[in-house]
Formats: sequence, structure tokens, C-alpha cells
Amino acid sequence: MKTFLTTSVLALSLATGASAEGKLSLYHWFEYIPQELLDKFAAEYDVEVTMDTFDSNEALLAALKAGKMGSYDLAVPGDYMVKIMGDEGMLDTFEPSELSNFGNIEDRWLDVDFDPGRKSSIPYQWGSTSFSVNKEVYDGPLDSLSLIFEPPAELKGKINVLDTSGETLTLASLYLGIPQCSSDREQLKQLNALVQGAKADWASFGSDVAKDVLVSGDAAAGMIWSGFSAKARAEGAPIEYVFPKEGMIVWMDNVVLLKDAPNRDNALKFMDFLLEPENAAAVTNYAQYTAGVKGVEEFLDPEVANSPESNPPADAKGVFVEACAQDVQEMYDAIWTNLKK
Amino acid sequence: MAGGAPGGASKSEIYKGNGPRLLLPAWIFIGVFLVAPVAIMAIYSFLTKEFRGGVIWEFTLAAYDQFFLDRGLFGDEPPSIEWTYIGIFWRSIWQAGLATVLCLLIGFPTAWFIATRDVKERSVWLFLITVPYWVNLLIRTVSMKFLIRDTGPLNELLLALGVIDTPLALVNTNFAVQLGLFYSYLPFMVLPIYAAVERYDFSMSEAAADLYASSWATLRLVILPVVKPGIVAGCILVFVPSLGAFLAPDLLGGAKTFMIGSLIEEQFKGAAGNWPFGAAASMILLTIVMGVLLVHARAQTKGER
Repeated sequence: MKTFLTTSVLALSLATGASAEGKLSLYHWFEYIPQELLDKFAAEYDVEVTMDTFDSNEALLAALKAGKMGSYDLAVPGDYMVKIMGDEGMLDTFEPSELSNFGNIEDRWLDVDFDPGRKSSIPYQWGSTSFSVNKEVYDGPLDSLSLIFEPPAELKGKINVLDTSGETLTLASLYLGIPQCSSDREQLKQLNALVQGAKADWASFGSDVAKDVLVSGDAAAGMIWSGFSAKARAEGAPIEYVFPKEGMIVWMDNVVLLKDAPNRDNALKFMDFLLEPENAAAVTNYAQYTAGVKGVEEFLDPEVANSPESNPPADAKGVFVEACAQDVQEMYDAIWTNLKK
Repeated sequence: MAGGAPGGASKSEIYKGNGPRLLLPAWIFIGVFLVAPVAIMAIYSFLTKEFRGGVIWEFTLAAYDQFFLDRGLFGDEPPSIEWTYIGIFWRSIWQAGLATVLCLLIGFPTAWFIATRDVKERSVWLFLITVPYWVNLLIRTVSMKFLIRDTGPLNELLLALGVIDTPLALVNTNFAVQLGLFYSYLPFMVLPIYAAVERYDFSMSEAAADLYASSWATLRLVILPVVKPGIVAGCILVFVPSLGAFLAPDLLGGAKTFMIGSLIEEQFKGAAGNWPFGAAASMILLTIVMGVLLVHARAQTKGER
């Protein structure tokens, strides 16, 4: 009996007492990485992984500015936010030689404007922001942003728009054909008038609910991210994701190495881990966007690889969101506040 | 004071002179969790904003200027009164006030009903009132949305009964927001009024009736003065959280318009990134709430005299 007790205590201490080799602290978007992948990394490298989540690029920046620098190793900002964080001096740099899988990055994502030469970041996933329409409610042609900004009678009062000024005002600018970060007064007045007029036809503003309102039928059309729309479709919403002729937003989320990272070595290991085609594909299969990594094809679920949301027609136009200068951004903020006052 | 402590000193003598020391934990608590955060907020509201969040340590009144003065979309017109933010505050106050009145209209009879049951039965009713509130506020608000949506049970029922031909559009309306606030805060009205009514001596109503008071006069002259503290406490407990509520406006109202809560959130989490303005808006909200509480406190002391 005594022997039995001793053995079990020993087994218990082996099971629980074994402490991880090191730690890794992530700051990531909500619903964007499968838990199994984190567990796999933790087991493979004997690292204890902790993760907090945010729901917008701006929320990420605000939290880091409010004193969270030094507590996270890696974060996952979108393209323009990588540039902003770089300009603010929040990013650490690494040499390509520090990542054995650096060569797996797709060539077109290697030298990007927001991080030339990929000195601080690696691709995570990319996709687009446009809108989806319930085909049971509206059966006309699906090709223009006018369905959101000057909607037909069937869609009036049944539209959800994203509750962030960057995405909504950029799509509105694309519809009007005016440049982003414009400081031209006539153009800004035009933009202001367009969204003011369209608001009466919109049912709600919401980003995290963008999928749910389409699935439940509360909204018959809604701005949405490509992968989120694919998920809504998989959950039974009779919707089609639209590639508007005026253009759509293209974005890329990136894993960045934060300055003062407490576990820099483990952070680089995790970046390397995410550049393994099998692991990048696991994220894609979960989030339904597209990896910027070579060789993922063989690991993708067929329905994800062939989803209409991830395979835009060849003539689809996309632009990245630009980071505006302060005086210009203040005018866009004023238009947004004016819209929601 | 019965039961002297050993050595002949009474309990009150032991406490005597130790007052400040015994109050120390409370002072520390108030200092750390109330005074310090409010002080930080007050200081930030007078600092210069840094682009995309953060502050520069230079004194300015810019945040308050932005709140009260309108300089046009491009910021170069002669200043006039800015109605945007006053409008947002007014809408929030009006909405919170309406929610308070609704809660009072339903809460008072409910509390009265419970307080006039048998002692055993009362605890069952009180239990039933509190049960839904063991569920998270977010879940309850979302559930409310499920109930009233176009294809939800309420509309299905009315359609089946032939009361309406097309579903009522209830989600994303002010009605839905009111419903959400009312549902969220109703127990905060019922419980304090119940506590007041429970202490009410019903022989006073009998005495009033003996003196030929009508039931309206009894309510107004006898009952209300006695249960008033409960009503006032209930109103404050409903009004103050309703004022800063953002779950109901966002989820049930569709976030189409800023409320005080979402306006402040936008300054810290949104593209605006204007911390001093968010702090200033918070200070103005705090001033309004303090004003309400001061009026209440003054009314209380007057009543006691």
C-alpha cells in the first residue's frame, strides 16, 4: 500500500511538477488561431503559451500604448498598423537568418510597403473586406458598392456596416472614386454627404456581430471580412460575397516581434513554427483566409482552398487601407463622429 | 453598553481614540480605487493629445474646447456652441431617465405585492426576481434580441394569432434599447423599494382609512413619505448605470448612434485615439452624476430635520 502511494505521488509530481522550459506571450485577434496549434507548439518546444485577444487594430495600439509594452512577445497587427507601430518605435527587428523558414514567405509578400524587407514581421493571413448579400432577399446583380451606399428597396433598412471608421469610410471612398486620406474639401464633403444619406438605410453598426446578423437574418446585406463571410455561409446563411467593380479593401495581418519582448528566443521559434506550411495551413483551415506562405496547398481542406471568398476573379481590384497624417485623420474622425452623433 | 472588557474598560473606551486607525483600511481603499483613478482622469483631460492615443505633458483646454465649441468640419470656422456632444449626453440622460420611470412604474407595484405576501412566500418571490440575474448581462441582452427579432418567438406568436400581418421591426430601435435597460436594471428598483415597504407598518393605512382618507390620499400622504428613501435609492441605482450603459444600445439599438459610454470608448479604442477628450467626457459625466447625488443627499438631510 505504501509503495503504491509513493508511486502515485511520484507520478503526480512528474505529471504536474514538470515546469515548461520557457514562456511565450501572444497578443492576438479574437477567434483567429486554433487552440490545437498553440498546444502543438507548447508540446514541441516545451514552452508555456499565454494569449490575450483584441478586436481591432486600434484597440491593439491603445493597449500597448497604455503600458502593455514589455509584457508581450508577439502581436498580430494589420498592414497599416505594422507601419504605425514601426513608426512609433514599438517593433524589434530580426535578421532573416534567425528564421530557418524565412524562405517560405511568398515572394510577393516579402518586400511590402508597411515593412520593407520584412525586418520586424512575417505574414500571418491575408484576405479582403467587402460585403455579402442574402440572395433570397435580393436577386439582382451583385457587383457594386451601391448595394451598401445607395441600396435598392429590398435591402433598405436591412444592412449592417462595420463599426470602424477605417473600413467603412474607405469602402465609401472607393465607391465615390476619391483617394484615401484626401484633404480635398469638396471630396470630404461628398464623403460626409454619402454616409449621412446612407445611414437611414442601414440597420446597424457592428464588427464582431458581422457574421451573426447575416446567419440569423437580422441583416440581408452586410460589410464583412472574406473568411468571416465564408464561415457565415458554412453556418447556413444563403449569402454571396461580392467583389465590387469599384474595388474592395485588401489586408494582411502580420506577426510582429515587439520591442522589449520578454522571451525573444521563443518568439522567433514561434514565428518559425508559423512559417511551416503545415501550421500556416492549419490557421487557414480555421480562419478561412489565405496564408502568405509557400507550399500550404497540400495541407488545405478542399472547401477552404476552393471557397469563392478566397478566390477573387482575376479582375477584382483591391487596395490596402492607408495610414493618414494627423490633420487629415482628424477630419475623417469628425465625419465619423458626425455620422454617429 | 453591557459587558465590560477585562480591567473594567468598556468596549467604547477601547474604540475611543482609535477611530482614525480603524478607518485606515477604508481610507486606503477609497484613495486607491476612487481618488487616484479620478485624479488621473482629471489630469489627463487637461493634457495635449498625442496622435493615435497617448498624451503629451503640456497643459491645454483643447478637450473641453472640443466638447463645447463647434469650429466646423475642418476646424477653421468661428466658434459656436457645439451641439454634437451635448446631444449625445442629452440622449443618454433622457434614455436613462425613461428607463428609471419605467422601472419605477413596474417595480413599485411588484415590490408592494411581494412585501404584502406571507413571510415564507416572500422569499420565493424574491428568489424568482433574482434568478435571471445570475446569468451574465451580455447573455441576457443577446437573449432579448433573439426574443424580439423579426423571426423571433414574439413576432411568430403575433403572426400566428393574426394580430399583425408583417413582423414588427423591433430590433435596432429605441424601443429595444429601452426594453434592454428596463430588463437589465429592474431588480435594482424592486429590491430597495421592497426593503422599505417591508418595514412599513400597515396599521398606519388602517388609521388613515379610519380617518376617512381616500386610498389615493393614503398612498400620497402616508405610504409614499415612509417608503420614499427606498424609491430614491432605487431610482439612483437604475439611473446611474443606465447612463453609462453601452451593451443595450450596441446590441439592441444597433450602435447607430453614440451613447455616452460608446463615445468615451471610441476615444480610447477607436481610430480617434483622443485620450484627453475621452477623459474630459468622463469628467463631465462624473460631474452630472455627482450633481444628481448631491441633490439627493441634500433632500435626504432636509427630510431628516
